[in-house]
Amino acid sequence: MKNDTLIIGGHEFHSRFILGSGKYSLSLIEAAVRDAGAEIITLAVRRANTGEQENILDFIPENVTLLPNTSGARNAGEAVRIARLARELGCGSFVKIEIMRDTKYLLPDNEETIRATEILAKEGFVVMPYMYPDLNAARDLVNAGAASVMPLAAPIGSNRGLATKEFIQILIDEIDLPVIVDAGIGKPSQACEAMEMGAAAIMANTALATAENLPLMASAFGQAIEAGRKAYLAGTGRVLTRGASASDPLTGFLRD
Amino acid sequence: MENQFFVDSEYLSPEALEKKHRLENDPSSRKSHMEYLPGMERIDSTVCEDVMSQVRNFDPSCYTAADVRRALAGGTCGIEDFKALLSPAAENFLEQLAERARLETSRHFGNTVYLFTPLYIANYCENYCVYCGFNCYNHIQRMKLSMEQIEHEMKVIAASGMEEILILTGESRSKSDISYIGEACKLARRYFRMTGLEIYPVNTDEYRYLHACGADYVTVFQETYDVDQYEKLHLLGHKRVWPYRFDAQERALMAGMRGVAFSALLGLSDFRKDALASALHVYFLQRKYPHAEMSLSCPRLRPIVGNDRIHSLDIQERQLCQVLCAYRIFLPFVGITVSSRESARFRDGIVKIAATKISAGVSTGIGDHERKYGGKEQGGTQVGDEQFEIADNRSLSHMYRDMADEGLQPVLNDYLYV
Repeated sequence: MKNDTLIIGGHEFHSRFILGSGKYSLSLIEAAVRDAGAEIITLAVRRANTGEQENILDFIPENVTLLPNTSGARNAGEAVRIARLARELGCGSFVKIEIMRDTKYLLPDNEETIRATEILAKEGFVVMPYMYPDLNAARDLVNAGAASVMPLAAPIGSNRGLATKEFIQILIDEIDLPVIVDAGIGKPSQACEAMEMGAAAIMANTALATAENLPLMASAFGQAIEAGRKAYLAGTGRVLTRGASASDPLTGFLRD
Repeated sequence: MENQFFVDSEYLSPEALEKKHRLENDPSSRKSHMEYLPGMERIDSTVCEDVMSQVRNFDPSCYTAADVRRALAGGTCGIEDFKALLSPAAENFLEQLAERARLETSRHFGNTVYLFTPLYIANYCENYCVYCGFNCYNHIQRMKLSMEQIEHEMKVIAASGMEEILILTGESRSKSDISYIGEACKLARRYFRMTGLEIYPVNTDEYRYLHACGADYVTVFQETYDVDQYEKLHLLGHKRVWPYRFDAQERALMAGMRGVAFSALLGLSDFRKDALASALHVYFLQRKYPHAEMSLSCPRLRPIVGNDRIHSLDIQERQLCQVLCAYRIFLPFVGITVSSRESARFRDGIVKIAATKISAGVSTGIGDHERKYGGKEQGGTQVGDEQFEIADNRSLSHMYRDMADEGLQPVLNDYLYV
């Protein structure tokens, strides 16, 4: 387990919990780092575009990697502009691409995301695209230079869990980049399940932000993710689809 | 109902008074409120009919407690569920409505509350809307700020820390033309991170120009979706043309604006029907323009200069709260703005349930921010009268502190112009 690190774009991380950006507060960031062990924290560039005394940038501890996102972008062009602005603001080279043409469900637009990934990867960004779990789109993202793929488990903020489980499993099985499950994870058990499936990391925000005891929930997520990862590495035991195991094998009659 | 509105100013000439009385008393003296005036753009849209066919068939009295329970039971809140939540039957479930609304608000917005301030740059108006302080027959101090004065106001507001501004004018194309408003938007970009507009409805090409000047959000209040009542309240001027106003948000979106805001002025007609129409206006436009950001406001009638008898009679705080909860449950993703027409106590309560945006440091007058913000009397300096009386006059810093004390996260900006 000691050498089990998460590598994204050549950068090494020990934690597999990433804090999302939906709802933020100083206490959320504190709990995510201290209790869930987060080493990457997402930051909406548009939200950091403020002169407020309480700028989110000031909340980010030094040893944490900033992952600016392009929320608010409605197409590839806007995402590219926001990513470049993030770099100008000194947010580093990581960028999470979020492109939504839908304000109701906030579902990502895969096609525009692939386009933006290609441009930004060429400009040297470590590109982490948020996507709808579609295998063809994921392959295109790999070819476009993405450093990971981030399929959604359920509509963002919904806490509905692994609604797209079957399709995320296909990505995990077929894509060689880290598959980071993003959006929709509502409970530690769901995070654990995704990790057992072979997800490389979990991104969550609302599930923590809306918990009654934030530090306790953050710690529960940290442990669930670690447990799921261990189970994945251990290789989960067999699960019988129906009935019990026949003590007398069906092929017992074969002679040679 | 009209008796609370009609007031004769002693400053009007006999001819003006005669015309005013004719407009008030003789419907045949008024132009058609359904016919477009020259220059008004028509767009090809079914949204109006989609909305109004639902509103026409809405009978709030036919919903029962069982309908309300079903609407609250969970799952997607459909149009029929929403109607039940707006009905009198739902008044007995107000606490349950609030609980569900709070859940939806928290799921979509966390504990954030956005802060903004309006800036009135002119109060000239060419319309006679009987309930409005800016109406052309009301005797008020009229004013239009020069670019220097606008910049001064913006500096004063920006110095308070405000980052989002909503620029307003009275509805006078001749006194506050598009290029005047466009120049104000360009100034606003220098001092604020986000600029919205609440001006008279304009054509698509004009919205496109204003967008290029830096505005990205357009607010138009339909006032009332009750067409017959609208005709009786908007007696003169281009605002009288109801369908052109209805399509304003769609024209703004066609022109590339990021977001649009809607409202009826609750209290002008049956507030339940107006609330249904406002929300469906959002609902159907969102289906057509899914990328657009939408928000709802919920103003109630307020007293104006020269007439302190104007009040929203049949919509009390409980009903307003019901409407806002129903909005939130039906449209969990939309912004809800509560203006300074409402009291500090109501606003503090409603931001914890359904609202996501409130104004602070508000003046609905023209050119008086320095006096209001700095406590400085501007000896001899002229200011323009206000549109309506406000009920919550907290400054930005006061509001910021109060929201944080309520356990909320005040947010001054969450936007980029791209």
